[in-house]
Amino acid sequence: MVVYTYYPGCTLKTQAARLDSYARVSARALGFELEEIDQWQCCGAVYPLGTDEVAAKLACVRALMAARDSGRPLVTLCSACHHVMKRVNHDMRMDKDMRAKVNNYLEDEGPYGGETEVLHYLEVLHKHLGFAKLKEMVVNPLSGRKIGAYYGCMLLRPSAVMEFDDPENPTLFENFLKALGAEQVVFPQRNECCGGYISLRERERSAEMAAKVADSAARHGAEELITACPLCLYNVNKTSGGKLPVVYFTELLAQALGVEAEEEEAAHVG
Amino acid sequence: MLGRTDLPNRLRVISGAKDKDCMKCGKCSASCPSYEKMDIRPHQFVSYLQRGDVDAMMNSTTVWACLCCYACIERCPRDVKPAQIIEAARLMLIRRQGDTPYVSADDIPELLDPDTPQQLLVSALRKYTK
Ligand code: SF4
Ligand code: SF4
Repeated sequence: MVVYTYYPGCTLKTQAARLDSYARVSARALGFELEEIDQWQCCGAVYPLGTDEVAAKLACVRALMAARDSGRPLVTLCSACHHVMKRVNHDMRMDKDMRAKVNNYLEDEGPYGGETEVLHYLEVLHKHLGFAKLKEMVVNPLSGRKIGAYYGCMLLRPSAVMEFDDPENPTLFENFLKALGAEQVVFPQRNECCGGYISLRERERSAEMAAKVADSAARHGAEELITACPLCLYNVNKTSGGKLPVVYFTELLAQALGVEAEEEEAAHVG
Repeated sequence: MLGRTDLPNRLRVISGAKDKDCMKCGKCSASCPSYEKMDIRPHQFVSYLQRGDVDAMMNSTTVWACLCCYACIERCPRDVKPAQIIEAARLMLIRRQGDTPYVSADDIPELLDPDTPQQLLVSALRKYTK
């Protein structure tokens, strides 16, 4: 069985436990295993943009070093974790100044130079397993279900660093849905912002933005949405009141692979 | 301590942005989902830095309205990175003041609901407080 080193992140241990648990049971069905890093720390949820923000990057660097030492790629699931991890890794590889500062902080833990390959779970399905193979392994095709993929911001931008997909015309999630046998619905707002952290203090604003996303998806015929981002899910579900349900992409994967019930036993925090 | 005249350069360094490359095409502002909530729009924010008006940048609604969606960075034809200039202004403000006029760390627990993802809490703490 292929093993990947895995960084779940805080939200996947609590509100988004399903994003994690469906991913794990699906991985096993697909022939790979996610091995969680020991004692990982929170990625910080937002990438520290200031060029003088060094300490805020250490948690990611430690996870990246653990993956390097395991000799395996580092797999993420949460869009925010993936974003921060990938960008910090890019800094460590490309930004000599930042690399020196971080390695100074790390002292005897370091040095680290960005050697780890960071992969989102969807990239594992796409690049390592292949969607054709995934399709063959589907036992419950999601036939007749009209599903929109809501990419949001974090996976796609800035594309020069994220290298996830075409930032304006992404196709990765649509191809994933196709492999699961669903009818994929492409809608214009799928790479626009849900409001992100503004929903903490200005709920009306995120509601307005998330409504734009949900309306755009519904107008194009979507009856459900998938995401990899707990904050996108929260903001859109709060707005649409369940009219257009948003679920994690791993939940649909588990359904299509016929392993959904295994998760129900294993997971569910609180 | 840096004198006030050094503030623009300090902001330039923290932002890592390239305000001098801006050709004022407005594509950043046209891409911005928060445009209407900003008193200084993304393309104007770049001009403010060129003029060195850091106080106005730090006191703008823009620093609280930016969502770090990275649309402006993605779509800027000159790789100016307007959001990083906004972020640097916000960082300079919260480093100076600790608590901000937008939200203080003490207010945050009040704003949570049972579904609030940790991701939201952590991002807000990172963005709004020191
Ligand atoms: S998109 Fe770039 S070049 Fe155009 S106005 Fe904005 S910052 Fe300047
Ligand atoms: S990153 Fe900020 S300024 Fe840039 S488009 Fe998004 S909200 Fe607007």
